[in-house]
Amino acid sequence: MYKTKKLFIGIFILVLLSPLGILLPYFFRAGSAWGEWGPDELKEMIGYVPKDLERLSSFWNPVFPDYNLKSWIEKGLFYEILGYLITGLIGTAIVIIVTYLIIIVNKKIQK
Amino acid sequence: MHIPDGYLGPQTYGSMFAVMVSLWAKAYSSMKKKVKEETIPLIAIGASFSFVIMMFNIPIPGGTTGHAVGSVLLSVLFGPWTALILTSIVLIIQALIFGDGGITAIGANCFNMAFAMPFVGYFIYRLIRGKTPISSKRSLIGAGVGSYIGLNIAALLTALELGIQPIISKDSQGLPLYCPYPLKVTIPAMMIEHLLLFGIVEAVVTVLVLYYLVKTGTIKEESYHV
Repeated sequence: MYKTKKLFIGIFILVLLSPLGILLPYFFRAGSAWGEWGPDELKEMIGYVPKDLERLSSFWNPVFPDYNLKSWIEKGLFYEILGYLITGLIGTAIVIIVTYLIIIVNKKIQK
Repeated sequence: MHIPDGYLGPQTYGSMFAVMVSLWAKAYSSMKKKVKEETIPLIAIGASFSFVIMMFNIPIPGGTTGHAVGSVLLSVLFGPWTALILTSIVLIIQALIFGDGGITAIGANCFNMAFAMPFVGYFIYRLIRGKTPISSKRSLIGAGVGSYIGLNIAALLTALELGIQPIISKDSQGLPLYCPYPLKVTIPAMMIEHLLLFGIVEAVVTVLVLYYLVKTGTIKEESYHV
């Protein structure tokens, strides 16, 4: 017997705790990960934005930028945490579904 | 460690994509061999664990943030080829839906975190574990050391890919077109934080989860290995 139910609950609890990933950097005044700055941050740091970096950086428009709802981005820490939770749950569900699909399709091809 | 769009030029991200396509094909066909029906939920949980653990950004006070990846843990549990597929799924979803890591950089990010990291980590894990069972002390130590080194290899590759950009791509005035920082900046910046902090976090997470899984009997020997 696999203890998968317990593990699924464990993943769910981890998602509920994931806003710590916003809160801790907030309290310790830590910024973006190294090398993951947006063009604005880069401009502040080095005084200019490399030409092609600027052009490429905006070409993709993700549904949940920075793990938040688009309409909540400028609304402060509370919404950032709520957005992180909601999009984290959606993301986890998508990862689980896609993984199932890929393995099942893989097994079908094999048969 | 998720390289965004714009930091790598087409020579770099193009060749990384080319390498990854052949690795994805190889991994996908090697998965066909032995995935058992009853293992699928555990594999899906493994992928979601990697996704969630990457949401726990750990701050360096006043500095940057980083996080664990979990791909060496996946290679210990399911073998390195399955770890490659699972971590790639996570990284591609992060890029497409959350803008975490660039679309153009998917190849490079997968090469660093879904290929180099679990393969190097797994090799070291097997080396330390030897012929002892998965629940042995050597297995746990191997998972810790393997995941620490695996994460640092991924960080080093990221630093190299970023740091060569100012050498290979400049505009007419000699200004960099993509990542503006040279190797002498990228390597120390990436390596110090990963060697001193994030690598240790990766090792602790890997050992704790493996310990829990063998202690509860969820994972036994290589029965789940694919």
